[in-house]
Amino acid sequence: MNKGLSWFTWSALVVGFSFLYLPIILLVLFSFNESKLVTVWGGFSTKWYVELFNNQGLLNAAWVTLKVAFVSSTVATLLGTMSGVMLTRFGKFRGRTLFSGMIYAPLVMPEVITGLSLLLMFVAISWDRGFATVTIAHITFSMCYVAVVVQSRLATFDHSIEEAAMDLGCPPGKTFFAITLPIILPAVVSGWLLSFTLSLDDLVIASFTTGPGATTLPMKIYSQVRLGVTPEINAVSTILVGLVATGVLVASIISRRSEAARLRDERLATAER
Amino acid sequence: MAVSGQEARKKWEPWNDPQEKPHVQLVGVSKRFGEFTAVDNISLDIYKGEFFSLLGPSGCGKTTLLRMLAGFEQPSQGQILLEGSDMSGVPPYRRPVNMMFQSYALFPHMSVERNIAFGLKQDKIPSAEIAQRVEEVIELVELGAFAKRKPHQLSGGQRQRVALARALVKKPKMLLLDEPLGALDKKLRAQTQFELMNIQEKLGITFVIVTHDQEEAMTVSTRIAVMDHGRIVQVATPTEIYEYPNSRYVAGFIGEVNIVEGRVAEVGEGHLSIASEESGCSIRARHALDAPVGAAVWIALRPEKLVISMEAPADTSSNCMVGEVWDIGYLGNLSIYHVKLDSGAMITTAKTNRTRDTEQPITWEDRVYLTWTPDAGIVLGQ
Amino acid sequence: MNQKSRDTDIPAVEYLDSRSAQGPAGSLEELHKRLLLLPPYRWVTQAITRSGLSARGILIATPYLWLLLFFLAPFLIVLKISFSEYAIAQPPYTALFEWVDDVFIQIRLNLENYQLLFEDDLYWRAYLNSVKIAGISTFLTLLVGYPLAYGMTRAPRHWRLALLMLVILPFWTSFLIRVYAWIGILKKEGLLNLLLLNLGVIDQPLVIMNTDMAVYIGIIYSYLPFMVLPLYASLEKMDDSLLEAAADLGCRPIKAFWQITFPISIYGVVAGCFLVFIPALGEFVIPDLLGGSGTLMIGKTLWAEFFSNRDWPLSSAVAVVLLLILVVPIVAFQKMQEKDKAA
Repeated sequence: MNKGLSWFTWSALVVGFSFLYLPIILLVLFSFNESKLVTVWGGFSTKWYVELFNNQGLLNAAWVTLKVAFVSSTVATLLGTMSGVMLTRFGKFRGRTLFSGMIYAPLVMPEVITGLSLLLMFVAISWDRGFATVTIAHITFSMCYVAVVVQSRLATFDHSIEEAAMDLGCPPGKTFFAITLPIILPAVVSGWLLSFTLSLDDLVIASFTTGPGATTLPMKIYSQVRLGVTPEINAVSTILVGLVATGVLVASIISRRSEAARLRDERLATAER
Repeated sequence: MAVSGQEARKKWEPWNDPQEKPHVQLVGVSKRFGEFTAVDNISLDIYKGEFFSLLGPSGCGKTTLLRMLAGFEQPSQGQILLEGSDMSGVPPYRRPVNMMFQSYALFPHMSVERNIAFGLKQDKIPSAEIAQRVEEVIELVELGAFAKRKPHQLSGGQRQRVALARALVKKPKMLLLDEPLGALDKKLRAQTQFELMNIQEKLGITFVIVTHDQEEAMTVSTRIAVMDHGRIVQVATPTEIYEYPNSRYVAGFIGEVNIVEGRVAEVGEGHLSIASEESGCSIRARHALDAPVGAAVWIALRPEKLVISMEAPADTSSNCMVGEVWDIGYLGNLSIYHVKLDSGAMITTAKTNRTRDTEQPITWEDRVYLTWTPDAGIVLGQ
Repeated sequence: MNQKSRDTDIPAVEYLDSRSAQGPAGSLEELHKRLLLLPPYRWVTQAITRSGLSARGILIATPYLWLLLFFLAPFLIVLKISFSEYAIAQPPYTALFEWVDDVFIQIRLNLENYQLLFEDDLYWRAYLNSVKIAGISTFLTLLVGYPLAYGMTRAPRHWRLALLMLVILPFWTSFLIRVYAWIGILKKEGLLNLLLLNLGVIDQPLVIMNTDMAVYIGIIYSYLPFMVLPLYASLEKMDDSLLEAAADLGCRPIKAFWQITFPISIYGVVAGCFLVFIPALGEFVIPDLLGGSGTLMIGKTLWAEFFSNRDWPLSSAVAVVLLLILVVPIVAFQKMQEKDKAA
């Protein structure tokens, strides 16, 4: 059974992954370019990073973006987890169909429409746009992602574990905090991470719902990108990509370690019986 | 203990004692899910200290009945009384009843100790007492070496014992077990059955167990309720269920059985004579049924109660079927013979292999005689 | 058999007494009882019970209200504004409902915006072009994604998780940055032209940037994970022995692919196509950054109508029609998922 990889498999993997990664690698590479021209290699330099840290506008935007992402992902995780529990554990309640429709619709709604509709509503109730409105917009679409992640975790969750807790004298509300929540915590955490990156990444909805003083980093990048490719934007991008890649890699290494430990434990347990 | 031999042999049968009060009473309990009736008007008394089995094929309503006892489902009709008090509307977390789940439902994020202590903590028991009781029960189920482990670090058998310990530690008035041994392999299951019986006898807690495995029910139970389509077909001790089934369903569900059709020919003093074309002979059986002459009856014959022989018995006028050996299954301790009667009916019989070599073994296409005593056949009506 | 021939009494078991059997039902209830001593808490809980709300009710109400307020209501407002008229005012549209003499409500339904969408070829061409671009790029994404997903399932088992991670990783990095990365590659004096010119493959720089081609590349690149993941999931479930059985029965590998592998993965193919097509249809960033002035896509049109022309009623109408177009693939996708779940 020791078949080598066929030439087809090899080329499919190499071509596919080169396509996925070359653009990002080139982008990172040219952020260290001495030359202002993005396509001409003028030697290694970190001067664009230094310049970056002197660009107050960009730093402000980054700070606003982080604040929005943190607040919106936290609230979205709370609301999304509640929604996920409602959809899997509450059986039938009045208006369930409408609710599950409202959970799934934002996932497929074009961003321009979500942005437009929220903006029109904020105008209709004459709410000044700014930090709060962007955050509310981000909460609204992020909570749906969290709800879906939590819901799919709960769907595979052995309901009798909760019943066992109740059988042992634990009332339903307490059961949720003592049993259900610790078990679904990984899903809740990844829901939070997903919301955070979605918020960090969003250009379109933020453009519609933000106001003066709350310009986010993607908006800043977008307005500069429209003027052309600059090494400075390459440097910002590299930092962002680096942060996300490190986060995802660390998370996956941790989960793989614990998975390996779990497998080892299981083998141990069956061996000694 | 100075108890006379006579008394020691006296059977413990509270269900036959009119003085005894039932521990749990089900009065006309039904459960409907929409159009579907899962449990249909069941009335049942279970006595303190019993090891009571609910036995039946999947979908017969036994698990629903158990879940109603635990409080996860409310009866659509009828009442469940525990020590005389009505349990309707009492949520599971307020019932002095605990359950051992089929999947064990161990809390994956807690160690064995914390799993077991969980129920006691809900009752606000002082932690010193919790520690002591957890230790006791861990010793009872022999899990001392694994107290600090998490469920995924345990084998199937160990998990099963944690689930048992967790339910027992609260000293419930009744322990409900949903297919407790279903996930274990055959050898471990047999061993665990005896462990369960020992623990139950030591603690004297009423056990109600749901199972689809008739062998398991026979081994552990004081009484068995055989269920079918949401109804109880028969409630009796394992011996009674096997030897005196009240219907073809029960006879067929518990153990192997041959069933032949016949008509009552004569009702005698203490016995019945039955004419049976299917068996090709007239059958004498003990009188156990009010059936007039001419009524259709069925005779259930257990394979081990039939004697197979190549020589014709002295009296071939009754209880003697003749046929040809069709198939032989050699199991070592037993041999199973499938004998085709002249009517075309196939009869199964078992013969113990008492010696290592039989001089003239019965083989394929041999013509054989199957005989049995009038005691051995069970006469069943519609 | 458990013949209980008992010569001793049933051992004494100390049952839980009735107090603990009833069970003080947890610390939350305890807390609730104590808090009831405080008047404000009592008033609030009384108000809640009087209005028939339980803890469960509150739990349901919170996310429900949030979505009604910030998802459904805004959408209804879009619908309303799409029926009003453009006005040079703040906000720039006329009211749909008007009080006449404080007695009647006058409703002025204005269908002009919708009429314009069908009459002005700028709009309906934008819709058609969006469908065309989304469709073509979905097909191209399938062409790129299928071999990749197939290669991943053929790779050794211990690589697969890592390969899966590698496919997902770009999805977590910024969308904007990934699109931006292509500008440096595709533009006239970009890296691709530089490479091809130096290799002598071409002697004139290719014009890819600001064309539909660049938009296709951008969509394929951005949405490739959406295509690969369902494909991988459906291909991975396939039993290897199926291909061995086909070979054993005399089927050549290429034929076996079309007769065995592809039909089995069809669910993944369809799911992947929907997952790419639906978001591509309303895409804004990719056609705006990579496409040219001639690249008409409805997301871009809506943006321009809103931010440049400030015609809110018209952009609302554009949004409503876009949603109506999207309903078709979304409902089809949902139907397919239900069918798959039922199977």
